[in-house]
Amino acid sequence: MSGKRSFGRFIQENAVALIFLIITVAAIKPSGLSLEYIGQEMIARLGRDSFLVLALLLPIYAGMGLNFGMTLGAMSGQIGLIFAINYNITGVDGLVFAALAGLPVSILMGYICGIVLNRAKGREMVTGYILAYFIDGIYQFFVLYMMGSVVPIKNPAILLSRGYGIRNTLNLEGVRQSLDDFFLLKVGAFTVPILTFLVIAALCVFIIWFKKTKLGQDMRAVGHDMAVAEAAGIPVDRTRIIAIIISTVLACFGQIMFLQNMGNIATYNAHTQTNFFAVAAILVGGASVKKATIPNVFIGVILLHILFVVSPRAGQNLFGSAMVGEYFRQFIGYGVIALSLVLYAWRTRKANERARESLRGPAAAAAAAGGAK
Amino acid sequence: MHKFKQLVTDFGWPRIIIFFFLLLLFVAAPFVRVRIDASLSDMFNRFGQNAVFVLAMVPMIQSGCGLNFGLSLGIIAGLLGATLSVQFGLVGFLGFFGAIVLAMPFAILLGWLYGKLLNKVKGEEMTIAMYVGFAGVMMMCIMWLILPYTSPNMIWGYAGKGLRTTITVEGYWLKILNDFLTIKIGPFFAFPTGELLFVAVCAFAMWLFMRTKTGTAITAVGSNPDYARASGISSDKMRTISVIISTMLGAIGIIVYEQSFGFIQLYTAPLAMPFAAVAAILIGGASVNKASMVNVVVGAFLFQGLLTMTPSVINSALQTDMSEVVRIVVSQGIIIYALTRKTKVAK
Repeated sequence: MSGKRSFGRFIQENAVALIFLIITVAAIKPSGLSLEYIGQEMIARLGRDSFLVLALLLPIYAGMGLNFGMTLGAMSGQIGLIFAINYNITGVDGLVFAALAGLPVSILMGYICGIVLNRAKGREMVTGYILAYFIDGIYQFFVLYMMGSVVPIKNPAILLSRGYGIRNTLNLEGVRQSLDDFFLLKVGAFTVPILTFLVIAALCVFIIWFKKTKLGQDMRAVGHDMAVAEAAGIPVDRTRIIAIIISTVLACFGQIMFLQNMGNIATYNAHTQTNFFAVAAILVGGASVKKATIPNVFIGVILLHILFVVSPRAGQNLFGSAMVGEYFRQFIGYGVIALSLVLYAWRTRKANERARESLRGPAAAAAAAGGAK
Repeated sequence: MHKFKQLVTDFGWPRIIIFFFLLLLFVAAPFVRVRIDASLSDMFNRFGQNAVFVLAMVPMIQSGCGLNFGLSLGIIAGLLGATLSVQFGLVGFLGFFGAIVLAMPFAILLGWLYGKLLNKVKGEEMTIAMYVGFAGVMMMCIMWLILPYTSPNMIWGYAGKGLRTTITVEGYWLKILNDFLTIKIGPFFAFPTGELLFVAVCAFAMWLFMRTKTGTAITAVGSNPDYARASGISSDKMRTISVIISTMLGAIGIIVYEQSFGFIQLYTAPLAMPFAAVAAILIGGASVNKASMVNVVVGAFLFQGLLTMTPSVINSALQTDMSEVVRIVVSQGIIIYALTRKTKVAK
């Protein structure tokens, strides 16, 4: 009996991941892609995206939900990269420079985001999402109007022909895949970018270590119950701000890793979907608004990206139009986010109701279950 | 002085700032050779285009469902109605109202499902609404490609199937409301009487509805759910009704928008539309849980005025195109302002 129940719960808790797994496996065959090709793609995409997705973990621990404001960090990373290209710093040095240049920006952005989210307790997610749009406006103002006019840019190749403002697409030739190619290892049929994975592993270690520190414990306490944490003397607002700052800084580094793999920046578009892909990935991996683990991140990135790789081809083969697959994968991305948010909110309500009923005592609970609705 | 302060607090600082900014733009306009009459005409027209969307926010805010970020579902229903109307070759007023009538079943069905869903996720409506809306738009992107439309004015010529990204309504019901009883003054000013009349009728109907028994019940559910339950009002039912009405207005809104704009925009076009409506009603002074007709009119006017005037005036003044940045910062900034405002205790 208990085995059956725990199986049911397993299904319930991992419904999103399981549904996703089924769709993905079903789409592999019609795509006609070889497993080897998919495997190599997954290695590349794990290196590209994991860091960004890992940036989501701390705010979840702190009970702030999915940090849609991570886009702020992504924009900071892009500003760092623009400066790296400007000073023509190449290779891994360029990436480090970009990260150092993006660091103060992302700390400031994280601080702003933290303050705003503290004023919107209970609706952090939607506020973070809108904040990402808002800061996008400021980013455009800075990059399109300030750079080259107020902020000195000495490399004319990255400026628009009118003399100020950064071009729509920037070539990252100097730093392209410098992290990935630093130490490539051939494992059977696959090529593995070792340094990239070492950086990601270091971040995982950092997160595991951080959870055990005093600050990390405070964060969990705040995430569990703000009122209790406050009563226990934990500075709730400050802890939440720190969680968001770290997340934003990580997103900044993550975006730099993402872009060095891509090899160019769409200056005004590259960051717009960062939060969407990262959030979709972690949810597909089985995380919820309140609970996420490091394995969720990797499972999520793999599952989501297998679908992203196969769906355009599957769409082409099944419907005779690659656009169908393209729309389908976006539909799935948004749908997954909606579905897991719904399941989570629904489950929380059920749990609350059950808790209330258990307070009423058995007779009242029976009456409530039977009659009142 | 105290009274003045009270007045300012009631009206809200952001609105005052935006109002004076708009005024400033109008004062500055002649100096940068922007015609005021053309701008006013444009502003009235855009007000009419968008007001129904803003109106659609009211019922859900009142019933406590928050800002309807999922308005795209209503827009989808409207797009279905509009494309069907063109498919059947309906022209003139028949085409316009035909589109609305054809859209209604979809709007009611989608609104009903959407309302049921939102009832299951109380407290998290806004984020979920946003993603349900996005997913819906993407789902329809696939549908627009594979639905069996045949009108040669709508489908891709070379493939012979799949709807085009933009479909012109010229020859069907282009500007059917705008040109109804238009008052033209000079070559640059045209007052879109029909369009504004239609908006006024919708707003009046909504005003009346909010005063009926159902409307009062909806407000009661939003402002005090426990009290509403104690008086025997089914909160779920009222919320569902408010969502259905909001979705229906979203459908009507897009058709009004299209007749004036001239094109039916399909595929990913509806993704960003709810945000403009949300920003407008918030600029009008609504909060996340309170909205009135005054908020709708003031908000739609200020927001659309800003969108009309900033590109023309600022671009002429600075010789650069900053309008996009201004639009993003103002509209998203106002939404953040509303979301972060501590809910004021009722006086």
